[in-house]
Amino acid sequence: MNSLFEYLIRLGDDSLILGHRMSEWCGHGPILEEDIAMTNISLDLIGQATNLLKYAGEVEGKGRDEDELAFLRFDRDYKNVLLVEQPNGDFGMTMMRQFLFDAYRKPLFEALVNSSDEQLSAIAVKSLKETKYHLKHSAEWVIRLGDGTEESKLRVQESLDTLWRYTDELFFTDDIEKELLENGMSADLEEIKVAWMETVNQVLSEATLNIPDHGWQHDGGRRGMHSEHLGYILAELQYMQRAYPGMEW
Amino acid sequence: MMAKTEWPLWEVFIRSKQGLNHKHVGSLRAADAEMAVENARDVYTRRSEGISIWVVESNDIHASHPSDADSLFEPAHSKVYRHPTFYDVPDGIEHM
Repeated sequence: MNSLFEYLIRLGDDSLILGHRMSEWCGHGPILEEDIAMTNISLDLIGQATNLLKYAGEVEGKGRDEDELAFLRFDRDYKNVLLVEQPNGDFGMTMMRQFLFDAYRKPLFEALVNSSDEQLSAIAVKSLKETKYHLKHSAEWVIRLGDGTEESKLRVQESLDTLWRYTDELFFTDDIEKELLENGMSADLEEIKVAWMETVNQVLSEATLNIPDHGWQHDGGRRGMHSEHLGYILAELQYMQRAYPGMEW
Repeated sequence: MMAKTEWPLWEVFIRSKQGLNHKHVGSLRAADAEMAVENARDVYTRRSEGISIWVVESNDIHASHPSDADSLFEPAHSKVYRHPTFYDVPDGIEHM
């Protein structure tokens, strides 16, 4: 198996699936301004997915392009973390999911800027600028909802309790990660986790929210073992290409 | 039914490039100044319209009253000599 291909698929699928989730808010945002903000974030993420999956296709060398990888794989071939496929819930849930992900993605891209792989480094440079803004946006909402009204605090704390069990998987490490780390291509997830924890502690404390103490953590996404939600996402995402193969728009 | 509470209204000013002044582009609602800047970024600069954003709460803007327009602005109409239109602009000078 081509490790770099697999690694790019992981990064690309995280962006693709979260980008799709965010796009579900289009036209349903709580206010016009936020509707546009979430659509912007969605487009950033789908743009990242395009770059990463395009490069993955080139690395694989079997003639698959980014569209084929995005729209024509089976569910077990998607390698996104479970966190990004979780349902949107209310606005607070969506912002909490985004925050937990952004706080991981920012230090990850910061590290990948120095990747020994030039193409990956270039994608990281571009994506980092977007991700910094995503994190600023999601963190500020977490703070305002947490340190907001009684109702908003209760609900966003529940979101945190629900999503926390999917956070360990962000730092899932296997032989692929280790091999690329040795080649200087990928990032040291131990270090990323330290940076993530620092951001999470600081923002949640400002938001007066408590990190849940339940220890159980899910994983499986990186190995293609997904929650039931991914199937529904793919049904919507892939419908057009499955129904009208090769259709262009 | 919850009490109707709306976020304050903010006026948005964008500087499109270095050397130009901030221009009023519209307004939006936001909970506080920081969020107003972010919303302005998302609503008014997504097609690369700007390099700098100002927001000011609409409540803080004091405006002239339309019914005073006669006394405020009409007296200037008859004073064409205030315009520097009696000079010949040298060749090569643009934007005058």
